[in-house]
Amino acid sequence: MELSPDFFAFTYLIATVFFIYGLKALSSPKTALKGNFSSMLGMALAVGVTLFHPEIKSLIGVIAGLVGGAVVGVALALKISMTAMPQLVAVLHSFVGLSAVLVALGTLLSREGSGEIGTVGLIELAVGSVIGAITFTGSLIAFGKLQEFLKSAPLSFSGQHVFNLVWTLVMVALGIQFAIYPQFIAFAIMTGMALVLGVLLVLPIGGADMPVVVSMLNSYSGWAACATGFILGNPLLITTGALVGSSGAILSYIMCKAMNRSILNVIFGGLGSEQETSGAQTGTQKVKSASVEDVAFLLENSSRVIIVPGYGLAVAQAQHSVKELYQVLTEKGVQVKFAIHPIAGRMPGHMNVLLAESDIPYDCVFEMEEVNGEFSTTDVALVIGANDVVNPAAKSDKTSPLYGMPILDVYKAKHIFVSKRSMKAGYSGVDNALFYYPNCSLVFGDAKATCQALIGAVKGE
Amino acid sequence: MSPTLIAIYVFTLSCFVGYHVIWGVTPALHTPLMAVTNAISAIVVVGAMLVAGWSDEFNGVSLIGFFAVFLASINIFGGFVVTNRMLAMFKRKK
Repeated sequence: MELSPDFFAFTYLIATVFFIYGLKALSSPKTALKGNFSSMLGMALAVGVTLFHPEIKSLIGVIAGLVGGAVVGVALALKISMTAMPQLVAVLHSFVGLSAVLVALGTLLSREGSGEIGTVGLIELAVGSVIGAITFTGSLIAFGKLQEFLKSAPLSFSGQHVFNLVWTLVMVALGIQFAIYPQFIAFAIMTGMALVLGVLLVLPIGGADMPVVVSMLNSYSGWAACATGFILGNPLLITTGALVGSSGAILSYIMCKAMNRSILNVIFGGLGSEQETSGAQTGTQKVKSASVEDVAFLLENSSRVIIVPGYGLAVAQAQHSVKELYQVLTEKGVQVKFAIHPIAGRMPGHMNVLLAESDIPYDCVFEMEEVNGEFSTTDVALVIGANDVVNPAAKSDKTSPLYGMPILDVYKAKHIFVSKRSMKAGYSGVDNALFYYPNCSLVFGDAKATCQALIGAVKGE
Repeated sequence: MSPTLIAIYVFTLSCFVGYHVIWGVTPALHTPLMAVTNAISAIVVVGAMLVAGWSDEFNGVSLIGFFAVFLASINIFGGFVVTNRMLAMFKRKK
């Protein structure tokens, strides 16, 4: 029995609905798990029904690929640590990219010479292959930087923007040539150039800006799926790809806004190149330092405490100590909240996952907009492993490179304590004006050791 | 309407759906969002399966298709499992 094309189309529609519901359910942690099952169901449906597609004449390669991928994928997902999530996501993006390139290539080769592909089809193949190729190598470079296989410093040469532009124009010319005279060689050179372009776009971006890059590549992987949908004339791929593409685009936008960067700067590369240090403005002032006992005393006698975690907390492996501190303070009747800046981790929402992993309930973790109004009524703000995101110079000092970046209004709290290893500046290289505020003191030492000492001091009274 | 134009229709409307659905996602779940979009962008597996099984005999093109299915499948399983792991960690106050 041969199933009708409408049967496939209709099943794919159901799968699409499952995907949309799955994403919609992420609006709250309460429904999110259900949403993930819905997306899984959608995928199972799409893959399951495709097994019976009349164009599939042999199932050996299909089944082998699915099973092999399942084994590797599950092993990878179970083993990965939560701090390494950005790397996993980057490497998975590269797989989607390469897969899209291979589908374009395979479709071209299997139909070559049969005259089945019209001009529009050839353009779609060219676009699909190029987007896939850029996603593939771009993500690999991002992975290398995150995993520190590659130097995280921006890497570029003078005139790279002009070079990239000329490079892209040559690719477009090859694409047009391919659409008019479908020769394989044009397709191959164009794809090869796109692979190089992916490298050129991501290499100039510094390690601190990786949250934007990872989001952007998330978007690219969606558009790659979309383009594959155009090649095959399959609305399921087009819809799903567009969902993913817009998701990545929105996340990139949010990250750019949180980091005070322009989105165009990111897309065309060279985002980190304008970093300059200007830390002179407060160089002569003295900072105060506080002992663990002082901090513990104030903490346990407070009614409201806000903890501001940054990625430094994860680097120091201090999540579990912070959770314990949260517990002992809560038991003493202190209201403890966590305030998260959008760029607190190395990818959007990363810090939330790290806190959730150490069993900190999500209903005491708040986003910047939700919590900023509360600092003025807060007794103690405890900053652990964060720096630039609490620098008030971003609001007041027009000469600061951070000027215009949204920050957590920590400086409004009655007392501020910043756990810090040394007086080194943050990612941006800018001196932090907060440290010279009269209500701010620094607690020197490793974040984890400081937290442990605080727990001991609070418990011991 | 030509098939290409229908595809463009679907594409345009999907972008709007995506825009509205994604803005509704709570920022706390942005990392799981990325992981799960990663898994569903592996929907290219549908195309990969068609390439992998295009001919009765196993040849060069089938091999390309096999790799494409393999990579997409890593994404599907890896993406969903890791999303599940993360979401299961989000707990409320007792």
